[in-house]
Amino acid sequence: MLNARTAADPHAWLRRQARWSPWEVVFWLATIIPFYFFPTYLTLASQVAVTALFAISVDLVLGYAGIITLGHAMFFGLGAYFAGLLTKTGWGEPLSGLVLAGLFAALIGFLVSFIIVRVQHLALLMITLGLGLLTAELANSLGWLTGGTDGLQGVDVWPIFSRFEFDLWGYTAYAYALIVLFIGVVASQRIVHSSFGLSLRGVRENLTRMPAIGSPYRRHLQIAYTISAGLAGIAGAVLTQTTETVSLDSLSFQRSADVVVMLILGGTGRLYGAILGAAIFMIARDQLSGMNPQYWYFWIGVLLMVVVLVVPNGILGGLSRLVRGRGT
Amino acid sequence: MFARIAAVLALGVGLMWSAQANAQDTIKIGLIMAYSGPFADTANQMQAGIDLYMQQHGDEVAGKKIEIIKKDTGGPKADEAKRLAQELIVRDGVDILAGFTLTPEALGAAAVADQAKKFMVVMNAATSIITEKSPYIVRTSMTIPQLNTAFGKWAYEKGGVKQAYTLVADYAPGVDASTAFAKGFTDAGGTIVGADKSPMGPPDFSAFVQRIKDASPEAVFVFIPGGAQPPALGKALAERGLTPPNTQIFAQGELTFPEAIKSMGDTAKGIITTFNYTMERDDPINNAFVKAYRDANKGRSPDIYSVGGYDGMHLIYEALKKTGGSTDAAALVKASEGMSWESPRGKMVIDPETRDVIQTVYIRKVEEVDGQLQNVVIDEIPDVKDPLHGAK
Repeated sequence: MLNARTAADPHAWLRRQARWSPWEVVFWLATIIPFYFFPTYLTLASQVAVTALFAISVDLVLGYAGIITLGHAMFFGLGAYFAGLLTKTGWGEPLSGLVLAGLFAALIGFLVSFIIVRVQHLALLMITLGLGLLTAELANSLGWLTGGTDGLQGVDVWPIFSRFEFDLWGYTAYAYALIVLFIGVVASQRIVHSSFGLSLRGVRENLTRMPAIGSPYRRHLQIAYTISAGLAGIAGAVLTQTTETVSLDSLSFQRSADVVVMLILGGTGRLYGAILGAAIFMIARDQLSGMNPQYWYFWIGVLLMVVVLVVPNGILGGLSRLVRGRGT
Repeated sequence: MFARIAAVLALGVGLMWSAQANAQDTIKIGLIMAYSGPFADTANQMQAGIDLYMQQHGDEVAGKKIEIIKKDTGGPKADEAKRLAQELIVRDGVDILAGFTLTPEALGAAAVADQAKKFMVVMNAATSIITEKSPYIVRTSMTIPQLNTAFGKWAYEKGGVKQAYTLVADYAPGVDASTAFAKGFTDAGGTIVGADKSPMGPPDFSAFVQRIKDASPEAVFVFIPGGAQPPALGKALAERGLTPPNTQIFAQGELTFPEAIKSMGDTAKGIITTFNYTMERDDPINNAFVKAYRDANKGRSPDIYSVGGYDGMHLIYEALKKTGGSTDAAALVKASEGMSWESPRGKMVIDPETRDVIQTVYIRKVEEVDGQLQNVVIDEIPDVKDPLHGAK
């Protein structure tokens, strides 16, 4: 992929990678459309934005650093519960709640990362799965704190800037989730298009070679995992704040698995693939379950198989091959 | 920025207006239930109850057509239920929210019903607090404390046991059930000699049953979800000789659903359970209901979930008749308060104070009738209220 010219000046190459393409500008303009043309779909749109942010957090570790995870809902749920419990202590300000929830999830992510970087492949899958299940069970048994299977009660989020209340139509919820998603994407782009991001891809491609060229891969993986956990926690906090509910489902295996399905649909290792996958999954689910509430999951399965068989790099991977672009 | 907000608001108001104009000749009911996932069977039984009521009573009430819109939550997901409730109201323009297989669904939607002032009918979810979340919520199922507190009292006074051991599944309904049973039992004078919680995962009860055997109580109260757990527990109890009449087994009715009795076989004999509906109860309304239900569902029998849905639709129809087709939530709640009728489960009343059900709690025993094991009603406790409302 690197030709002689770009190899000569890696910084210029990185800068070129990080430049905004017209497609991205069009994409972000398109995200405003629901406000005007689909105002009755705003609550769905806000949950798509939340899920997309969660998918991006998983893409950072799975798509870029190659850490296979089936337990990332753990951080999503920790952020969600943290944000919910914070409002119950009497502090319902959303922005500071968001930051604190992100920091909390990142802290737990940092602690967990010491285990994560020591194992690979199947063992990694089992560790992430096990940690996710343990966290969900912990939340279940701490019923006095989390409300158990009934979900957390009495979450009360103040209006943003004491002005924009979370309304029934979801205008505030979508605007809020969209802005957080945008910041999350910009931050993630800075990360993946830096020399640090390149070293993560190096770890993904050839783990044994990274120490040989003098790259401390364990520390890199730990940093990536911590950032990803924080981002997942922020996504969970946004869900809590926009819906004012938290249930055990936010920690469930189903959520961890669904997000991997989204990444496969959209294409791993490209941030917009995560967004596209989340959007397709959520919208398909909404439409299919509207048509048939009992058996809609069948069609998600069919879609997944078609994508894996026809476009193994995900829908965005296939599209970028079609237009022969670099694939943002 | 403000121009944009104004434009958006204008559009929104316009849409809401058109939704209302449309609502003049149809009444839309949005059903939020777990149609897919591990609780799909429960939701399907509720739906069959709803469908049967509409099939018997037509889809027109007070000159208006009833339209049903179904939404799937996939499980105990509060955030999903809340979003679906919001969408049903703003997008589909529904007038009434109903269904609710699981407590988190009802709690998630309650805030929306309250904010949008919509009538909300809970047809299954069984945690006490739900109806306290909004003045527009009415329930037609039951609450776990309602059944089990009365059951605990009965166990001491008429069940002939002075001490009991409780073993419940480790989740909120299980904990509620053991608390309620223990309260009814100890208030009457009994003692709880031990309490255990078993995990929700793959059923292996041998360790728990051994502990119960070591404590050698007169009776065991169990509450476990239906499915694979009842036969496994039945077997474990039988293996260690903990069977009636030596040791009484008390449980909420899920333990002796027809499918569960079938897989437990003779070990089920003598188990005493409580429920608010019993399919085998001989009563003309119930017999007609069971027959019609089986005809409409390829021989499948109704259960409490079906009755919750059936009575929920009855409540909606009757309340609409009283309001003359008006879907104003306050008017519908007022029409529902104190409403009483003869349901397949027997007499039921909507408590005007709590908007919860006042109903008969049945005590049933598994016995052999014509060579078949089934639940036989051995006692009835009339007019039982939920004991937790207003208790705080």
